[in-house]
Amino acid sequence: MGILCVVARRSLIMIVLGIEIMLNAVAILLVGSSLLWQHLEGQAIVLFVFAIAGAEVSIGLALIVWAYRQTGSMDPSDYNLLK
Amino acid sequence: MTIYSIIFYFLATLILATTAMAITRRNLVHAVIYLIFSFFGSAMLFYLFGAPFLAVLEVIIYAGAIMVLFLFVVIMMRADTGDERLFAARQWLPIAVFGLIYIAIGMGIITADPNSRITLKTARAAPKVFGQFIFENHWLSIEIVSLLLLVALVGALVIGRRSRRPPIAQTTNGEL
Repeated sequence: MGILCVVARRSLIMIVLGIEIMLNAVAILLVGSSLLWQHLEGQAIVLFVFAIAGAEVSIGLALIVWAYRQTGSMDPSDYNLLK
Repeated sequence: MTIYSIIFYFLATLILATTAMAITRRNLVHAVIYLIFSFFGSAMLFYLFGAPFLAVLEVIIYAGAIMVLFLFVVIMMRADTGDERLFAARQWLPIAVFGLIYIAIGMGIITADPNSRITLKTARAAPKVFGQFIFENHWLSIEIVSLLLLVALVGALVIGRRSRRPPIAQTTNGEL
């Protein structure tokens, strides 16, 4: 569902939201598998996934704020300066 | 049909329903609030899977800090008042591809029947044991992640700073 959110919504913030949904899905999967195999490694990985998600959300939102200040638009199709 | 599986199916449908609502809302604040509900549901799922420390951590970090940061950006950038077509027709190919993959994998997961009907043994990782495990085996990863958080902090500060100089588009007026 996260990947659907990334490709279907036309707003920069929704793209980052989709990435968060995907990271949460990975976390659920890892914790479930750590229960299946009775091993604590999955939960250790999830701890680092949380930390990394927090770091990339802060950087991503800072970039969005900067890009909004530069161009004034939240639509990803307006960022086609390479064309 | 044990009580654990009832709780699990209830939580799974809660998470799926709130996430589906979150990605289809036109109002961005509504979408973030639905996603907060989804994270609370998955925190309860973590507690069911025997990871109480991770459940609390998810509420604190994800629903408490990251989503609040999203709300700040949405409200300050006034991104919720933009006019945005919900599902743009220009993007139909990636939507169709990923939608088909999602439906195929979802159907495969739902109908896949493990032969031995795996019953999960309930376990519980007490935070003390979990902390000892992490600091014994993965102390290097913790150091690296703390360095990463420091770099992210500095980077976000540098990017978000309101610069004194005018943007580049204005300074290159007469020169190349």
